[in-house]
Amino acid sequence: MPSVTSRPGRARKWTRRAFIGAGTVAGGGFVLGVAGLALAPNRLEAKNDGQLNTWITVTPDSLVTILIPHCEMGQGAQTALAMMAAEEIGADWAHVRIREAPALDAYANEYVIRAFADVPVPGSMTRGFDYGTYRIARWFGLQVTGGSSAVRGTGVYGMAVAGAAAREMLIGAAARRFGVSPSECEARDSRIVHRASGRSATFGELASDAARLPVPTRPALKQSDSYTIRRTARPRLDIPSKVDGSAVYGIDFTMPGMLYAAVEIAPVPGGKLVSVDTAPAQSMPGVKRVVRLTEAVAVVADSYWRARKALAALKPEFDDAGHGDVSTATIFNAFDKSLGAAPDMPAGAARVVKADYRVPFLAHATMEPMSCTVRVEGDRAEVWAGVQDPLNGRATAAKALGIRQANVQYHNLLLGGGFGRKLPGLHDFIDMGARIAKAISPAPVKMIWSRENDIQHDYYRPAAMARFAGALDATGAPIAVRSRYAGGGDGESTFLAYAIPAKSATSGDAAHPIRTGPWRSVLNSQHGFFKESFVDELAHAAKKDPYRFRRDLLSDQPRFRAALDKAVEMAGWGSSLPEREGRGIALCESFGTIVAQVAHVAVSPEGRLHVKTVYCAVDCGDVVNTDSAAAQAEGGVVFGLSAALVGEITIDHGRVVQRNFRDYQMIRLADAPEIPVEFIRSDARLGGMGEPCVPPVAAAVANAIFAATGIRVRDLPVKNHDLSRA
Amino acid sequence: MIALMVNGREHAVDVEPDTPLLWVLRDTIGLTGTKFGCGIAACGACTVIINGRAVRSCTFPVSSAVGAAITTIEGLAKDNVLHPVQQAWIDQQVPQCGYCQSGMIMAVAALLDGHPSPTDEEIDAGITNICRCGTFARVRRAIHAVGHK
Repeated sequence: MPSVTSRPGRARKWTRRAFIGAGTVAGGGFVLGVAGLALAPNRLEAKNDGQLNTWITVTPDSLVTILIPHCEMGQGAQTALAMMAAEEIGADWAHVRIREAPALDAYANEYVIRAFADVPVPGSMTRGFDYGTYRIARWFGLQVTGGSSAVRGTGVYGMAVAGAAAREMLIGAAARRFGVSPSECEARDSRIVHRASGRSATFGELASDAARLPVPTRPALKQSDSYTIRRTARPRLDIPSKVDGSAVYGIDFTMPGMLYAAVEIAPVPGGKLVSVDTAPAQSMPGVKRVVRLTEAVAVVADSYWRARKALAALKPEFDDAGHGDVSTATIFNAFDKSLGAAPDMPAGAARVVKADYRVPFLAHATMEPMSCTVRVEGDRAEVWAGVQDPLNGRATAAKALGIRQANVQYHNLLLGGGFGRKLPGLHDFIDMGARIAKAISPAPVKMIWSRENDIQHDYYRPAAMARFAGALDATGAPIAVRSRYAGGGDGESTFLAYAIPAKSATSGDAAHPIRTGPWRSVLNSQHGFFKESFVDELAHAAKKDPYRFRRDLLSDQPRFRAALDKAVEMAGWGSSLPEREGRGIALCESFGTIVAQVAHVAVSPEGRLHVKTVYCAVDCGDVVNTDSAAAQAEGGVVFGLSAALVGEITIDHGRVVQRNFRDYQMIRLADAPEIPVEFIRSDARLGGMGEPCVPPVAAAVANAIFAATGIRVRDLPVKNHDLSRA
Repeated sequence: MIALMVNGREHAVDVEPDTPLLWVLRDTIGLTGTKFGCGIAACGACTVIINGRAVRSCTFPVSSAVGAAITTIEGLAKDNVLHPVQQAWIDQQVPQCGYCQSGMIMAVAALLDGHPSPTDEEIDAGITNICRCGTFARVRRAIHAVGHK
């Protein structure tokens, strides 16, 4: 970052909690910064080390550079955020660049949330926080990419407002230069144009003048009907480096003198290393050290392959932390017991339906196995890795090393997949890498988990179970749906939009020692399957079409109803299908986005399932980058489909049974359905896009299997069921 | 010393002969575009092209690559012009996290060498790489886009 001279005196308060400041960049550029409570105005002063909470710079070459406080893990959030800022500033998209913000407190999302939560902005944006934003707010102080939050949090409350402020200042500078009123000028293609005379100046020509103007306190956002960048498909800025091998992921980092570590970890959660004879490894070529950790043994060598080979020569003994008799069966038996009897149903019901559902643990299995490079020198350390929350990555390393966070320099690199595995609190691999690096200080060491380490030491999508009861009146209308669940749930994931007089979902639970964590869509993939399967069962019990049955219960929920109608229209619902083909429907809201899906499946007489198409109707309020939003929908469906059809982690003797991609399965290209996606522009507040297309998939497919075969799949994955009968 | 021909350049590497080619490419030669995914040739993230054929390099001993023409993702473009598969990947906006895509692109480039206009069945049989982000629909679209040129 260039050195900055700013004039904090110009910084204006927007609210008591947030302010915006502007200054000049050495060489004549313009920098516009937004900061929150934790930065006093004097902190906006120039610092040569660039620790200014910068959002946007405009340099004399008219290049607009936007700093993004979110990592890129393929969801396209960086490009979408840049589009939101570029739209407001009026930039020529070809002259926009992005940079990921470094792991500094100044970029923590907290400030984004706080800074703009109560800034008056037009229309639907003022509606404030939704559940997902609330969840991010709970992670105050963390630079998180998760909860499908980037666009609707940082984008709405930060990027757009910062872009608008920058535009007003550039217009102000142009108006002075032209001797006209600012209202007669507009920003277009990185120029400010005086409409009447056609005079214009480039952003670059105006940048240093703009920096001297007062910062607007309430910049006006564009009306959405004048968007030229948002609501279009813009090529993602990160893609070219991902087709030629030049993109640098956490695992790719290298530096001179770097050593490599391979690890074996106690197979039972909580287990400790009891003993290991290190001699067989120590005599092998290239081995520098065998490091004993509390829960693991690491071999450090001058190449990763040598480290792996030497590790394989060891026979470490671990204890089982008393969990040696835990298995999938003991966990589900405990769930079953905790759920008790099925919920009571009204006495006057004409028909009562009861069903239990189960879903297994699932691994994230990001394509990039966990890895990090750490160098420890005295009380200082440097870390290179790719995580969803760089600040927590830094904090994790500091804690592992017993040093101050300020003494840890953290460098975030690209993530080869996240899906929740690399969220705050789940940086066990950085903790481990740091301890290994401390043992061999000062040499830098890159620790790479094997795929076996990764599959067996995840924070799994929780296994869960639900027990439903529902009642229909004499006309087939539902009068009650009640459920109890074990394995986690909350108000959002168990929410039923349907107008049913008596609804409840309550938690029973039973503890187990398996590590769990957020997995793309968090609690919604389990409950989406449970509730939308049960609603389907009710529809069949009522002898009603599953679409009509749902639709009739949504007269007070126009957005849900519109999504349902759209998916049905896309799928040609109701038209006749060949024997053993069927359609299933499901409808879920998560992270502020409503998704309806219709799955079209074919089941061969031998029981082979082919998911032909998953039609996807999405209401996320409005779409920023139409193409990358569609890509998130496509990816969400495939992720959900892997879980529905083949994904399963089982436990035996306290250990994860699956080891690698041969026994932890996911679908491949041959199994991937067509996924038509359509967006509904409801102008509701922006919802997330990274996750909401996951939750409905399993229920849509299971409901379609029922339509095709009459077989009701109540526990996942589908591969465990014989679909050849019926 | 083992002599390797990678992307048209000769490299002499000092490694054990059983070392998988993947780690020689990444750690010895410094070509990190080829990725480690599973170590058992199950996912295809490490796919390179050896003498025209797609090979999963994580289980391919470097000694078996002696005398062969090895192409990695870094060597696929010729004279700064992207290979048609790479261009199709940009045109169709295929990658998400991108980690599997080097291997995916190499597998597709090899497939198209033998089947310039592959059918869906040939694509299903030939491309078995794992993509956890779920880019499959776009992978198929991009293959057809190249095939029809």
